[in-house]
Amino acid sequence: MSGDGRAAGEGDWEEGTPVPLYIVTGGRTEAGEERVLDLVTLIVARSEPQPGMRPEHVSILRMCTGPLSVAELSAYLDLPFSAVQVLLADLVGDCLVEARQTRAAHTAAADPDVEILKALIDGLQRL
Amino acid sequence: MDCNDCRTPPGPRREDLLPASAERSVKVVVVGGFGVGKTTMVGSVSEIRPLTTEETMTQAGVGVDDLSGVERKTETTVAMDFGRITLDERLVLYLFGTPGQQRFWFLWNGVIAGALGAVVLVDTRRLEESFPAMDRLEQGGVPFVVAADNFPGAPVHPARELRSALDLPGHVPVVDCDARRSDSSRDVLLTLMHHLHDSATATREVL
Repeated sequence: MSGDGRAAGEGDWEEGTPVPLYIVTGGRTEAGEERVLDLVTLIVARSEPQPGMRPEHVSILRMCTGPLSVAELSAYLDLPFSAVQVLLADLVGDCLVEARQTRAAHTAAADPDVEILKALIDGLQRL
Repeated sequence: MDCNDCRTPPGPRREDLLPASAERSVKVVVVGGFGVGKTTMVGSVSEIRPLTTEETMTQAGVGVDDLSGVERKTETTVAMDFGRITLDERLVLYLFGTPGQQRFWFLWNGVIAGALGAVVLVDTRRLEESFPAMDRLEQGGVPFVVAADNFPGAPVHPARELRSALDLPGHVPVVDCDARRSDSSRDVLLTLMHHLHDSATATREVL
């Protein structure tokens, strides 16, 4: 198994953290804080599909002409969340998509501000 | 790259598109045991037909014979149904139905991290099934409300009794609901938001 090293890093996820955190940097982080793509991060295409792209990347760019969450992408692509994170990390890295509402890599629960909570209450009451 | 890639992916229907200005998204987790109504609740309040995201985990097999020296691997795939509510031009709420049983906790890291809060959906006939999930939420610092789904024929517990049966602290809201009804599920979410709002403003006053 070992020795050739070609397959290093592939197919051997066995760490305790089952959902690998794919760090999104893209050179645009603030204060060095690591940001990751969450299930609810909204993805918006910033480019048309290019020739030679992976089919999954093309699909993502086509679907994200408007904002779409990572979870929705995972559902429509029929791919696990972790796989979609990897695909998106490439696109974010190349500035082909914009990721809205990433979250800090090391966070427990959200710490919402009161304004957001008020907007949620108002919005739900209108339903 | 097999034939699956040749298909045009379905993607969202036109009516399922978010406003182009959507920029804030929040996540609420609906936790509960098998058959308790998580998917029903997600579906009753969601503006889109609930979608499914899957996660697969490969782990070393449990209970492998030590003498064999061979590690078996097991693969577990868990599906989570989720729905969506667009609150305004900027803000979107996502609701994830997440299995509460301990064996699915590998999923939780990715789901409860950054979650706004949770709804613990309990079946009053099987109260004990909700204990581990509530413990885990408390450990993770995720605020939650408890909603008792009113199944036909299930014993009706007044909230006070339920609170004491579940050994809940006074600040955790307990409500009855009918997960099949959108207004009832919406009210559960409102209870959660009011709870979060009260906690946030109370904290600020103390500071």
